[in-house]
Amino acid sequence: MRALLICIALILAPLTSANAVLPNEVLKDPLLEKRARALSKNIRCLVCQNQSIDDSNADLARDLRILVRERLTAGDSDTAVLDFLIARYGDFVMLKPPFKGSTYILWFGPVGIFIIAVIGLSVFFRRRQRLIAQGEDLTARLSGDERERLARLLDEDRP
Amino acid sequence: MPRLIFILPLLLFGAIAVYFAIGLTKDPRNLPSALIDKTAPEFTLPPLRDGEPGLANTDLGGEVKIVNVFASWCVPCKLEHPVFMRFSQQNDTPLYGINYKNIKSEAVAWLSQLGDPYQRIGFDLSGRVGIEWGVYGVPETYIIDKEGRIRYRHAGPILPKVMKETILPLITELKK
Repeated sequence: MRALLICIALILAPLTSANAVLPNEVLKDPLLEKRARALSKNIRCLVCQNQSIDDSNADLARDLRILVRERLTAGDSDTAVLDFLIARYGDFVMLKPPFKGSTYILWFGPVGIFIIAVIGLSVFFRRRQRLIAQGEDLTARLSGDERERLARLLDEDRP
Repeated sequence: MPRLIFILPLLLFGAIAVYFAIGLTKDPRNLPSALIDKTAPEFTLPPLRDGEPGLANTDLGGEVKIVNVFASWCVPCKLEHPVFMRFSQQNDTPLYGINYKNIKSEAVAWLSQLGDPYQRIGFDLSGRVGIEWGVYGVPETYIIDKEGRIRYRHAGPILPKVMKETILPLITELKK
């Protein structure tokens, strides 16, 4: 039983967030610290690129974490802190791309492709439905070769 | 018409192949600077060596200038150093340095050993001025035009090829 519990604990261990924030960086005010953590999780570490500054051990990430906390302590709003960083490092500093003109294709692209696919499929099926409703024998459209193959395939299924 | 649909996957593959052929040759570490065509950020840095001039944004502008962010601990900086030595001997364009997060004595020793190509050096111990410039790795090199605007940023060492094919033509262009 104990072995099992230890196993479970070990399996779950990596799920607790491992982050790079050092104890001496943590702000005394828990509310500010919470905001700093939330912000840091969406700020990209420019050195390691796919890590947030909250996760990264890079020197620059540490500098930016301290900077974020300084600005929050000075009374900046969350957006003011982000704007400060975007002005210097560009939109890329945010892990989640901003929603604006140049990124519409990024946000709407997948939805657009899905809508086109749905329209295409519905046109395809509706047309087929209509042909069947009109009593058109669709097998008549097949070439002689294809008709033979179809007949053979259908025969295979018969007992 | 129905046959056309069979070509569609091939077309799609072609489009994706072109997309990757272009995308995968790009270096993801080469980030565009957010400061291109903007005035250099406000900053004031003390000198690296006492008694010498430091570096501030008011020192930029007037003529075309180069700002190079370097550190003695940075290995690629050593690689680009001889390129800047040669540049400072052959070109009268001012070359300014920002010494980034360096131990003072180490930076001074590094320069006296390898030579000092900079007319002015600002000492940025905390790296805060680096953040103002959007520095994310050293070395980085910026070209500032006569109006004091950042016109070009190169992240990584300036190798002879980059100097010859990018930096020098741009300086000539901006000096006009």
